[in-house]
Amino acid sequence: MAAVTRGSFTALRRLLTQQYRRRCFRPHGFRSERPLLLLSNNRCLQTLQCRTLHTTMVSRGPVVQFKLSDIGEGIMEVTVKEWYVKEGDRVSQFDSICEVQSDKASVTITSRYDGVIKKLYYDVDATALVGKPLVDIETESNSEVIQEEDVVETPAMAREEHTHQEIKGHKTQATPAVRRLAMENNIKLSEVVGTGKDGRILKEDILNFLAKQTGAILPPTPVHEIHTPGPAQVSAAARLASTSVAIKAPPTTTARAIFTGKDITEPLTGFHKAMVKTMTAALKIPHFGYCDEVDLSRLVTLREELKPAAGHRGVKLSYMPFFIKAVSLGLLHYPILNASMDEGCQNITYKASHNIGVAMDTSQGLLVPNLKNVQLLSVFDIALELNRLQVLGSKGQLGTSDLTGGTFTLSNIGSVSPLQTHLFM
Amino acid sequence: MWIYEDAILDSRRFEDASSSVAVMSYIRGAWPLLGGRSGVCRCLHRNQLSSSSSSVVLQSRCTDVFQNLALEDWIDANVDLQQRSVLLLWRNHPAVVIGRHQNPWTECDLTAVRRMGIPLARRRSGGGTVFHDLGNLNLTFFTSKKAYDRKRNLKVITDALRSTAPGLDVHATDRLDILLNGRYKISGTASRLSRKSSYHHCTLLHSADRSALSTVLRPSCPGIVSNATPSVPSPVANLLDHAPMLQWEELVDVLVRQYNTEFGFSAVSAFVDPADESAFPGISRAAAELRSWDWTFGKTPKFSVQTVLDLTDKESAVRSSAHLNMEVKHGFVNSCKLFVPDDWLPPHLSAALANALVGERFCRRRASVCVAAVVCDSGDLRGRLRRLSDAVLSVMS
Repeated sequence: MAAVTRGSFTALRRLLTQQYRRRCFRPHGFRSERPLLLLSNNRCLQTLQCRTLHTTMVSRGPVVQFKLSDIGEGIMEVTVKEWYVKEGDRVSQFDSICEVQSDKASVTITSRYDGVIKKLYYDVDATALVGKPLVDIETESNSEVIQEEDVVETPAMAREEHTHQEIKGHKTQATPAVRRLAMENNIKLSEVVGTGKDGRILKEDILNFLAKQTGAILPPTPVHEIHTPGPAQVSAAARLASTSVAIKAPPTTTARAIFTGKDITEPLTGFHKAMVKTMTAALKIPHFGYCDEVDLSRLVTLREELKPAAGHRGVKLSYMPFFIKAVSLGLLHYPILNASMDEGCQNITYKASHNIGVAMDTSQGLLVPNLKNVQLLSVFDIALELNRLQVLGSKGQLGTSDLTGGTFTLSNIGSVSPLQTHLFM
Repeated sequence: MWIYEDAILDSRRFEDASSSVAVMSYIRGAWPLLGGRSGVCRCLHRNQLSSSSSSVVLQSRCTDVFQNLALEDWIDANVDLQQRSVLLLWRNHPAVVIGRHQNPWTECDLTAVRRMGIPLARRRSGGGTVFHDLGNLNLTFFTSKKAYDRKRNLKVITDALRSTAPGLDVHATDRLDILLNGRYKISGTASRLSRKSSYHHCTLLHSADRSALSTVLRPSCPGIVSNATPSVPSPVANLLDHAPMLQWEELVDVLVRQYNTEFGFSAVSAFVDPADESAFPGISRAAAELRSWDWTFGKTPKFSVQTVLDLTDKESAVRSSAHLNMEVKHGFVNSCKLFVPDDWLPPHLSAALANALVGERFCRRRASVCVAAVVCDSGDLRGRLRRLSDAVLSVMS
């Protein structure tokens, strides 16, 4: 089976294009600002740094009008359905720009250039004309205008030929700036792992590749001494590197990770807003805390006896139904605990029904459905009703009547299980 | 030609193998055979306009709509279509499939769909809503963008049908439907174009359940105002009713044969399993994305709901009504305004109700949770507020 798998993967690789894995599944995952890598102590890297600085300083190139290209079948106009970019966004070649629709065909328009979006010519639902400008892109000064066909990558060094470069249709995606960088450092693009969209090779990938090489084989050396190692050299170097002490590892070659995470602020949405409101309101009434331990050995025995009988009737019997019934019996003795206060704590209402709420952790968060009129129910009825609410809760299908009208709530801390806890009312 | 018939017959052995991986390696083994012969073959066929020199025909074993749609995406993204074309044949258990830019609330009755346990999927191609079931054959023609020609693909279908049932009146329209007897739609088309590749898929009604179709394909909510692509309803018919001898297997065979004839291919037909992650790496993730709420509902173009709510009190028969104006973007309620007579309910309560809905999904279940909190602490007017909230929730589904 393994042999077959390997063989088929060779077949698959023949069928594969470089648009592997990341294509189509994240159409608007275009890159944000590329972080500047700070590297020093290495002449070649310093030279690269200058070059990196130069290009990412957004030296203004020409503003190109990106026209809507021919869709085929003689179609002359399309409707713009969704924009994946807005003015001011940075795009790379092959990033998705927008989705248009024509005559039951949904078309993804991708960028032909690297640059910054300067102008969108149409709003959503507007009609765009083929051959007319769709967006203006301010290209970077060293990016060339790419023709419709992809440029097939030529090997950086002629002497070593890798078979997979000869397969028709294999294209390594990289902008001209990146290709130039690779060529100047005698790096074959096919050896670099691309981390950009569609497996595209970015400047950082070239720099990381170089950094790995210098770290594994030699201490930092000027650019003309770096050469692509054969497999034997790499493994020997790796062994060397691993046995030598950490001081050998030059501090410069590991690129300092630049954290580009951002804080995200978003408004509290409907459901969570509601829970905040309810829980805050609960804090306004007087609080009382009390804790105790109760010996439940007889309850444990009772439940073991009743569990099979309940099981026959299709009900899962946990301890909760017993506790709920016990609460209800207790409330008969102390009705003040089944009461509620009004807004200004002026009046107290003694509720007639024991609608006992049970806190549940559901996919929608913390919810407190309640069992109505527990004073009229037997333990078995309670178990039935509790099951029903649990099933609905897990499916996210609890209704308004289940969630409103509670008079007393039980929270089962369960596995969290401190011996003492504050009551949450 | 007898060599190719052997090749096609050979592929049937893989029905037992059930491994797409084995099938893919078979295809690899078959390439030299096809490559060598196709030159001889091509000069025997009149159509030499296709740029691809070879093709493969795949039949999906799976009947899960999300897996099959994910398979389409996988082929589109991973197979080099400049050199070869692919024809994929598939069918699903009952499902509703809406187009890329459509609004699921207008296209189908979501309550009925949920009640019947029918999945709802949004595909990546454009076009209108279709009802899939096991009697509905789907064909997807994958080609390079240069070779994209939908009329020619439909010609494959009409020629195939006529060759097997000579009296059948089927022809393709300008809207790229296929009509039977000039009025019943038996096939609808949609397509997707990416940077280099394209696919055109269409349905073919062989023996679908037409009653389920009509129950499900109707709007869920009143009052939706939207620019989403509308579906154009048409009367439909099943091929089996008009050509009773045309069984499913024969239909598939004749289509594959006509595909080869039309394009000058000598394509081998093979079964694939789209659930096989080893043969199609990344496909589970693609299927998960297609199943997600964010894709199915979140991709709905923005729309608004403008409707009148009936607040008539059943007991006292006092008539009352309110206006609801809601904006929904990316499937979330962006804004909500309730215009309720002041004497029926104080404005601050209806405003509280409206605000509770903002920022939540346009979904009855989610909204009912938000609304419960507001209804809870409204005191005496709880009954009226509940009636109002029920009316608002009934609009959502």
